[in-house]
Amino acid sequence: MSEDQTGMFGATGTGDTSGYGGLVRTAASTGSTERPFGGYFDEVADDLERAYPDFADAITRVVVDRGELTLHIKKTRLPEVAYVLRDKLKFEMCMGVSGVHYPERTGAELVALYPLLSMTKNQRIRLEVATSDLDPHIPSVVEIWAGNNWHERETFDMFGIIFDGHPGLTRILMPDDWDGHPQRKDYPLGGISVEYKGATTPAPSNRRSYQ
Amino acid sequence: MTTTFDPYASSRETTEGTVFSVTGGDWDSLVSEIGESKEERIIVNMGPQHPSTHGVLRLVLELEGETVTEVRTGIGYLHTGIEKNIEFRNWTQAVTFATRMDYLSPIFNETAYCLAVEKLLGITNDVPERASVIRVLMMELNRISSHMVALGTGALELGAMAPMFFAFRDREIVLDTFEEITGLRMNMAYVRPGGVSQDLPEGMNVKLREVVKSLRKNFGDNAKLLIGNTIWMKRTEGIGYLDLAGCTTLGITGPVLRSAGLPWDLRKMQPYCGYENYEFDVITADTADVYGRFLVRMAELEQSLRIIEQAIDKLDKLEGQPVMVADKKIAWPAQLALGADGLGNSLDHIREIMGTSMESLIHHFKLVTEGFRVPAGQVYAAVESPRGELAAHVVSDGGTRPYRVHFREPSFNNLQSTSAMSEGGMVADIIGAVASIDPVMGGVDR
Repeated sequence: MSEDQTGMFGATGTGDTSGYGGLVRTAASTGSTERPFGGYFDEVADDLERAYPDFADAITRVVVDRGELTLHIKKTRLPEVAYVLRDKLKFEMCMGVSGVHYPERTGAELVALYPLLSMTKNQRIRLEVATSDLDPHIPSVVEIWAGNNWHERETFDMFGIIFDGHPGLTRILMPDDWDGHPQRKDYPLGGISVEYKGATTPAPSNRRSYQ
Repeated sequence: MTTTFDPYASSRETTEGTVFSVTGGDWDSLVSEIGESKEERIIVNMGPQHPSTHGVLRLVLELEGETVTEVRTGIGYLHTGIEKNIEFRNWTQAVTFATRMDYLSPIFNETAYCLAVEKLLGITNDVPERASVIRVLMMELNRISSHMVALGTGALELGAMAPMFFAFRDREIVLDTFEEITGLRMNMAYVRPGGVSQDLPEGMNVKLREVVKSLRKNFGDNAKLLIGNTIWMKRTEGIGYLDLAGCTTLGITGPVLRSAGLPWDLRKMQPYCGYENYEFDVITADTADVYGRFLVRMAELEQSLRIIEQAIDKLDKLEGQPVMVADKKIAWPAQLALGADGLGNSLDHIREIMGTSMESLIHHFKLVTEGFRVPAGQVYAAVESPRGELAAHVVSDGGTRPYRVHFREPSFNNLQSTSAMSEGGMVADIIGAVASIDPVMGGVDR
């Protein structure tokens, strides 16, 4: 997601006859989507602006991509916005939290994503909150959606994001005395190379990779 | 201690109090020893290896007499790092990992992942209709085999042996069908980004109709045994109660939510794979207990058969249509076809790449070794699995491998409700409550 790259192997000027060489790898857009968003997304944004006067300050970006709406929220404002979304906009279900680690995004390396579902209105949106690797704290939403308890523990376990206000933030999948957070990009996959009929196949993380 | 010394079933003093090790058959000595102590409260560790806990689930129970005052759940014993492994494989190989998460519903795992990848590629509408119909057919067959395990093991855990024999007999019919279609009974990696790996074998439609017929006849056996059965109802009615508000706040979906009375089913509410073209009912109950969940699952079996019948009719009309997207930059090149020798290579394809077309060989090699690229972005795709909303959150950085794949597993989420369902009840009812959630530990721990 850093810069544009050309060609499958990262090489330039070779006689690639496969037709793949001409493909350009595009980086993800970093801007906000302009209105109209389409579908019910405009309605959700309007309702949230009405119900939450600090909208412009708390929500840094609104992105519509592939038919999905993502609200990027300042991490300190997450609980406020979550309360409004649950109580005023009827997003009564939070389907968990998923973490992503972007080591190259300095100051916003760790990202937490909350897919929300409104069964009343049959709508889905997503909240995105970023935090720095040096200060990996995000307010917990367990108070708002109790079902996020285990999901936040999993994201803490896998990414080391500390959810402030969680009733018992301990490891859930890895053993309690485990070192490190396995889903981070700087955490190796591990594995050993395997010999079969005289040839050695390296572990998956050591195999030749195409960029 | 009055009985003979057993080195594996002894008691010892710790700072927390007396700790007893129980191995079975030593109940009398345990009761007499506990009876001597003044402490009313005992803490029981159940699992992780316990026949009634549905796999390697650990429950720590705090009991006052026979009443449960606190339940704590320990998971993670089956964590295999599937999400991490997927980041080191290409987009197609990831299917073989995803299918192994919830081992009772492999087709759902594959479909959720593939729908997400297709959304990222922007080819959702290019997936051929025949491929979508086959996916629906396989998913509904899989729903039957999964519900059969839920019903069979659930009944066994509450002391009913015969329903399990009937359930596993019927599950076997479904697994044999899977084997005939995909070559494997479980973990098939059959659904692939862009379609399915191969078409149905010749004459499968006739066999599928036979399967539907025998399943429909067989379902009556368990229904006759359990529905309205006095002993069964005494073990399940009013047990493991969780109402709609509880389900909503805990993010519970699937049969548990529907047993609380809300007809929420993604197949109806947010259709995928063309579910809007099938006629079926969303089953609910209003009791919000173990018996209600049992009735919901029993009735869903018949609805799945209805969908399968409609899918076979559609397949008759779509005979000979492709089962993979036309775009050769994405579609797996092998064109597999099951031969008389039981192997899956397509001789026509091998003849083309080895004998006539150098470009085809290069294309095949490039696509298989490095795979296709997926434009950068992130999506969330959800399907209605037998246990509730199973969703894949997939992030691409534009490369040939997924940047991050996270599965929103219904088993993982729903297992949180064990405490809410069991606390305040009797210790024997925990088993029924856990069985009614139907957690699959492979899915919980991934």
